[in-house]
Amino acid sequence: MKGSLLLAPALMAMAILAAALGALLQYSVLEFVPGSLRTGGLTLANFRGVLAPLYLRVIGETIILSALTTIFTLLASYPIAYALARTHSRRTRSLILVLTLAPFFTGAIVRTYAWMLVLGNSFVRWPVKLLFEPSGVLIGLVHFSMPTMILILAAAISHIDPTYERAAASLGAGPARTFVKVTLPLSRPGITSGCLVVFAWTFSAFATPELLGGGRVKMIANVVKDLALDAFNWPGSAAFAAVALVLTFALLGGASRWLTRVRA
Amino acid sequence: MTARLLVLVLLGFMTLPTLIVLVASFNPTEIMSFPPSGWSLRWYVNALTYPQFQRAALNSVIVTGASALVALPLGTAAALALGRGRVRRQALWTALLLSPLVIPGVAAGLGMLILAAALGLITSRGVLIVAHVIVVLPFVVRSVSVSVANLDPLLERAAASLGATPWRVFCRVTLPLLRPGLFAALVFALIVSINEFVISLFISTRVTEILPVAMFTYVVNYTDPTMAAVSVIFIGATLVAVLLADHYLNLSRVFQIEEREEA
Repeated sequence: MKGSLLLAPALMAMAILAAALGALLQYSVLEFVPGSLRTGGLTLANFRGVLAPLYLRVIGETIILSALTTIFTLLASYPIAYALARTHSRRTRSLILVLTLAPFFTGAIVRTYAWMLVLGNSFVRWPVKLLFEPSGVLIGLVHFSMPTMILILAAAISHIDPTYERAAASLGAGPARTFVKVTLPLSRPGITSGCLVVFAWTFSAFATPELLGGGRVKMIANVVKDLALDAFNWPGSAAFAAVALVLTFALLGGASRWLTRVRA
Repeated sequence: MTARLLVLVLLGFMTLPTLIVLVASFNPTEIMSFPPSGWSLRWYVNALTYPQFQRAALNSVIVTGASALVALPLGTAAALALGRGRVRRQALWTALLLSPLVIPGVAAGLGMLILAAALGLITSRGVLIVAHVIVVLPFVVRSVSVSVANLDPLLERAAASLGATPWRVFCRVTLPLLRPGLFAALVFALIVSINEFVISLFISTRVTEILPVAMFTYVVNYTDPTMAAVSVIFIGATLVAVLLADHYLNLSRVFQIEEREEA
C-alpha cells in the first residue's frame, strides 16, 4: 500500500487539532462582547489585556515557578535515576521503576489531591503555611515532574560505559571526583532534554496550581481557564492561551536550534 | 551508605502522598485527623455509590475504549508508513504526529471548545473521543515505531515470494511481529486517556464528563475523604496495570534503560 495512504488518517486527526488551534488564534483577535458568546469585530484589545500588570505578574510567576521546578526536579531526580541505571540487582531496579512509574500513571488529580492532604494541617503541623502558597505549588510541581525526569536521566546514564568511571577510579580519583569529572558531563544530553521537557510541561501546568494554589497562586493555564469557563470571555482567554502556545514553541524551537549548534 | 539513604529518602518523597491518601481513605470522620481515631469503609461506600462518579466512570470507559480503538490502527498505519521510508519529508510528519505532546493542554482544550461550539457539538461525546485520539496518538506512534524498526523486511519479502497476497503477509507476518509494540501502545493509550484531564475539562458537560473531571469538581466542592477512597481505587487499579506491564513488557526495555551484566 502506498505510504501516503497509510499516513493520511493519522494526519487527519492532527488536522482537527490544527483547526482547533486555528479557531483559538482567530478568537484571540475578535472583540469580546460581555455577557455573550458572540464576538465583535477584529481587535488587538485581548492582547493588550494580557499585558495588564495583573496578568504580567502571572506570566512572570509562571516563568519563575517553572524554572525553580526544573532545578529542584533535576536535583531530586538525579540520585534516583543514577541508582536505577547503575544497580546490579534486578529486584532493586524493578522496585525503583515501579515506585517511579506508579505516580506517573495515576494522573494529575489523584496526585494533586494527595498533596492537598499532605500539605494541609490535618496530618502534620507545618511550621510555615504550605497549602495555597507558592512553596506548596512548587512541591507539587516537583513531585509531578520527577517521574519524567528520572526516566530521561536514567536512559542517559545507562548509556554511559561504566569502564570510564572505573578508569577514573583506577587513576586515583575518588567517587566524588569521578562523578563530577566523568559521570556528570557524560550525562549532559539527558540533563538538557530532561530540563527542557520539565520546563515546557510545568509552563502550561494546570491541575497542580489550580488545586494547591487554591486561587491564590495562579499560573498562565489557570487564568486561561478562569477567563474561558468562569467569565465566558473566550476571546480574552484565547489571547492568553495563544501567548502560552507561542512562548512554548519559541522555547522548544530555540532550545533545539541551540542544541544542534552546540553538538555540531 | 549515605548515597543509599539519599535515594531512599527521595523515593519516600515520591511515595509519601500515596501513603497519606491510603490512611485518609479509612478515616472514620469527615474531618481528617492523625493518628486516625479508628477505621471505616464509609468513604468507599460513598465513592462507589455517588451517582456522578458512576456516570463519569462509565463515560471514562466509553471515551477511553473508543479512543484506543481508533488511535491504535491510525497510529500503527502511520508508524508503518514512517518506519519504512515510504513517504517523503519523514521528519516533518513525525514531528507533526508527536506535536500534541508539547501543545499546552489549555490551548488545545479551548481551541477544541471553540471549534465544537462553532459546529454545534458542545454536548457531544464525540468531541471528547476525537480529543483523546489526538492526545494518545503520539504514544501509539512511538511505541509501534520501535517494533517497526526491529522488523526485518526480508521476512515479509520471503512470505510474498512464496505466494502470499499482501493482505495475508500483513496478517500472518507483519502484525504478529509488531505484537510487543502494539501491546505497549495499547497500555499507553489506555493509561494516558483514562488520566487525561485539562482538555476534557474544557469540552465536557456534566453529562459527558469523565472521571478525572468529576474528581476535580468533587475536590473543589467537598473536603470529605470520599476523594481519598476514589484515589485508592484508582491507584490500586493503576498499580496492578503497571506491575502487569512490567511483568509482560519488561519496562526497563520500553524506557530504554539498558541492563548491564556484572563485569
